[in-house]
Order: sequence, then C-alpha cells, then structure tokens
Amino acid sequence: MAIAEQQTSPQAAQGSSDGSWHGIVLQTLKRNEISLVPYVPDRVLTPLIKNLHADPFFTTFATAREEEAVGIVSGAWMGGRRGAVLMQTSGFATLANVLASLAVPYQIPLIMFVSERGTLGEFNYGQSLVCRTMRPVLDSLALEHHTITRLDELEFIADRSIKQAVTTQAPVALILNPLLTGGKTFDK
Amino acid sequence: MTTRNTKVMNRFDVTSRLIAKLKHEEAVIGGIGNTNFDLWAAGHRPQNFYMLGSMGLAFPIALGVALAQPDRRVFALEGDGSLLMQLGALSTIATLKPKNLIMVVMDNGIYQITGAQPTPAASVADIVAIAIGSGLANSAWAADEEDFERLVEAAMSAAEPHLIAVRIDDKPGVGTTRRDPVQIRERFMHGLGVREPL
Repeated sequence: MAIAEQQTSPQAAQGSSDGSWHGIVLQTLKRNEISLVPYVPDRVLTPLIKNLHADPFFTTFATAREEEAVGIVSGAWMGGRRGAVLMQTSGFATLANVLASLAVPYQIPLIMFVSERGTLGEFNYGQSLVCRTMRPVLDSLALEHHTITRLDELEFIADRSIKQAVTTQAPVALILNPLLTGGKTFDK
Repeated sequence: MTTRNTKVMNRFDVTSRLIAKLKHEEAVIGGIGNTNFDLWAAGHRPQNFYMLGSMGLAFPIALGVALAQPDRRVFALEGDGSLLMQLGALSTIATLKPKNLIMVVMDNGIYQITGAQPTPAASVADIVAIAIGSGLANSAWAADEEDFERLVEAAMSAAEPHLIAVRIDDKPGVGTTRRDPVQIRERFMHGLGVREPL
C-alpha cells in the first residue's frame, strides 16, 4: 500500500463511526484492546484496512502469508498483546496446519476475520471451490465460527465472540458474508 | 556454496553458548524439531518457547513477542529448511524493524530429522544473501564459535533486527522437548510476566 493511502483522510476518519460494517469492526477491535492487526489484503477489506492504518491505536501491516500473521498474533498474545488477523477465504484455506499445530493445541485465542469469497455472485470458479473447504476445516477442529450477514448483528457477534475467544482461550473465525459487506462482483 | 569460509559448528554447542549469554530474561523461540530439542537440552528457561508444529513460524512468533514486549530482547532459533517455508517473513520483519529481535538460522542444508534429505536450497542459495536481499541489512554468517558470540553480543545492544546464520553439522538434537503445548505456552507466559504462577 502506498504511503499516501495510509494518511488519514476525512473519509477514513469518518469510517470508524459511520455505522458501516468496517467502522463497527474497527470500534469493536478497539473496545476489546486488540491493537495488532496483520493481514493479507482483500478487495472487500480495503476500507477497514485503510482506516486501521489511519488510526494510531493500531499496529497494522501486510504479511506475505496468512499463517505468518497467525504466528505473529500468537506470539503477541503470549507476550500480553492482543491481535486479530484479516484475510479472505482462499487465505484461510492455507491455515489448517497452523490451526492444528499452534492455535488449537497451545490454546491461543486466535481471532480471525475472513472476507467471504466464493458465494453469492462469485465469478471465479477457484474461489467458489476453495470456499467450500472453509467450514469443513473449521468444523473438523470444532472451532467456533460465525457467518455474519446482517449489519445489526455484527457488533453483538463480533464483540461477544472476541470475549469468548479470550476467556475460553480458543480460536474464533468471523466470516464476513457478502450480505454484510457487498462482496466482490464481476464488474468491480 | 563454494566460497564459504565458515566453520561447520554444532547446533547444541552454539545454542548452549547463546543461552549462557542471556542475563536479562530474554525470550527464545525454538523452531520445529532439532532446533527446539537443542534449546530444551541447553537447559529449560521460563522464557523459552518450543514449537511442536507450524514449521517455519519461529520468526513470526518471535516477531509477535517482540512487538508485544519492545523492552525485552527476543531470540528466534530456526532451521534452514524451516526458514525456506516462510521467506516472506524476512521482509515483514525488515519492514517493521523491531529493535529487539535477533534471528539465528541453523543451516545444515538438510532436513536432518526426516532422513537428512538435502533442502532445495542446499547447493545453490545463501541464507544471508537472501536475508540481506529481503531488507535485513544486519545479516551475517558466523565464521566460528567465537564470531557467533561476538555477533550475538553486537545484536544484543543494537537498535535494529539482526540475523545470524550458522553452518552446522548433520547431528540430531541432543534432547527431546516434553510435548505438552499448554504447559509450554503457560510457562512461557509466566516467564514473560504476562501470567502469575498458579
């Protein structure tokens, strides 16, 4: 991301309190003292990523792979700092090993936000296929996950799920459905 | 590499030399397999973390600890085969420039624990050149044990991340880490002052 895009713009500053899905996510992270947010980007997550960069409360940066970001927030948790990882569906598909060998057995409250590609208007066959692997992987490890489709339910689900992850020391995946975010469509 | 003039050292010996230098409750992250077996064998410390899977994530985990506790020095011990799985992490670290992170790569050119098969990089790539090319300017081969100790001391008072690469022999790890992930994590958090002992 270019440096210029990381500067605070009036639009970016507004984004955190305008009732948008990404504004609610940002405020929920902040309220739960989650300040470390590595990500592998996604088109749908762009406004959230931009506003995280614009807010000095957050340390947010891109990683080369999603499992790298999982390693970073796992280390940070053990050091006393809370984090969350942002990714898209295909990125989640790279995580089975790190979930099964680090987050779950070490009881680390890994908080994942997954922008859901592959459904409700997907135009890339590969995305639609990889999406079908996500919930079976989550279910095979008995991981808590919620698919968020409604703006009025977002804050409740995100806030409660973060608190549950921390108190039960268990990972959680919050799947941001196109019904919530608008998703990515062929003409974008 | 045909131009190497570095001595072939031993993982357990080098690890023991590192641990002997730690006087300020520095954190140490041991990568998968032999790397953390020798960390364990060098004598358990409350500030040691042992990976039981997640190959390649020793440096990212250490980066997370370093970002959470900027006043504590954090070491990460990783094998060359493991590092090859996560080379992108070098650029992430170079971009963030944590002043308290020191990376040690134990390079024997083989996957020792699986039967000593050569890594794809063994005869063609140079770990230090890769690290420098990834943006980690403070990366160097340790010429011998004394040079390793000198590099560690320099890194411990530095204000930028350092990477030290060590050519090691093909010996297996000396000990075997007790494989209890919850206990490992909990003790590590005690050691870092995040949790009170039970």
